[in-house]
Amino acid sequence: MDGVKLHGVWASPFSTRVIWALKLKGIPFDYVEEDLSNKSASLLRYNPVHKKIPVLVHGGRPVCESMVIVEYLEEAWPQFPLLPSDPHERAVARFWVKFIEDKSLNVWIAGRSAGEEQEKPMRDSSEMLAILEEHGPNKGKKFFGGDSINIVDIAFGGVAYWMRVIEEVSGGKMFDAAKLPRLNAWMANFESSPVIAKNLPDRGKLRDYFVPVRAKILSSSTSK
Amino acid sequence: MAEEVILLDTWPSPFGMRVRVALREKGVVFDLREEDLSNKSPLLLKMNPVHKKIPVLIHNGKPVSESLIIVQYIDATWVRQSPLLPSDPYEHARARFWADYVDKKMYSGGRMVWLSTGEAQEVAKKEFIECLKVLEGELGDRAYFGGGRFGYVDVSLIPFYSYFYALEASANFSVAEECPKLVAWAKRCMQRESVAKSLPDQYKLYDHMLERKKIQEQ
Repeated sequence: MDGVKLHGVWASPFSTRVIWALKLKGIPFDYVEEDLSNKSASLLRYNPVHKKIPVLVHGGRPVCESMVIVEYLEEAWPQFPLLPSDPHERAVARFWVKFIEDKSLNVWIAGRSAGEEQEKPMRDSSEMLAILEEHGPNKGKKFFGGDSINIVDIAFGGVAYWMRVIEEVSGGKMFDAAKLPRLNAWMANFESSPVIAKNLPDRGKLRDYFVPVRAKILSSSTSK
Repeated sequence: MAEEVILLDTWPSPFGMRVRVALREKGVVFDLREEDLSNKSPLLLKMNPVHKKIPVLIHNGKPVSESLIIVQYIDATWVRQSPLLPSDPYEHARARFWADYVDKKMYSGGRMVWLSTGEAQEVAKKEFIECLKVLEGELGDRAYFGGGRFGYVDVSLIPFYSYFYALEASANFSVAEECPKLVAWAKRCMQRESVAKSLPDQYKLYDHMLERKKIQEQ
């Protein structure tokens, strides 16, 4: 079988999502840590449109965008299915993946902003969580995927874990556990599940990584 | 068993157009219901409680929302005619990537061109043309983004063709001059009955957009 290589950044929720999918499916892969301040020639060749990680290279052919990669892995390696087989249920799962992708932009924006500018993204992030709490497909279940982790768990896992780091680093509150009992329970289930627990970057290390990143972004935006 | 297919839509929506094209490509008989977004139907609110947006496809009582997700659902459900997504996983991923690119760039980019003026519009116009050029580059010398066959990426992008006239008039440029291959592709798509039936007349659309702008500016 052709080799699989993942270009990523250890601190990135997007490349971590792909690692989760690879590990859950038991797909062997090589990992290339990219330096975003000095992107490799390979990365630029494989993702000329966005020039971003993660990029999965399979048999020399690149696939870009974390959730596109996860869908690709699902199709090419059927073991440990991450999507239901029923077309309507698939559509529901994809709906929530899109919801999470679209709304979680606010989480990253909150991480990059401060003061007044941070207020709206924080509020919008909280609203995203409230909707997931109320309408999410994990109601009465262990995971969004039911008894086992699926594509929605992977999508949201990347957001939920990093959200708490962003809260620490930027001093804001998005996740109110008291108001989000289902999501709170889900987080504990997800983060303690065998494969995920072994593939979560250390919170302290993530914090140490993002503090200077945030400082740099804030200082460059004020010096305009 | 009788098949019930309802599409909640609004005629100017590029997202609704995608679904109309897909359904017609597949020869699916459907009940097209025009929504008034200032007075949303109870059915819409019930079937898409999270976003309360169109398009929503209701198939035998079960709703599917988000245009590209609906197109994927249509492709997986009505399999005998006009496959829209490639069966090869890599080509499938490539199609997903490019439809995602269209989703990220076209609506917001076009909107910026339409709503801004002066210097800001010049910037928006340049960025929009740049995106069209990237898409034209991806198309290359192929008849469709799907290769020899009209497919998923074609469906995702073609609705925005109906908006070109309005954007050109507003920002004073010509898509045909900037991206001739892309316009040739669009005209090729318009030859398909599914597309011709699903896209509104570009002049009617321009007029509608002008009316809306007037209302919004009041």
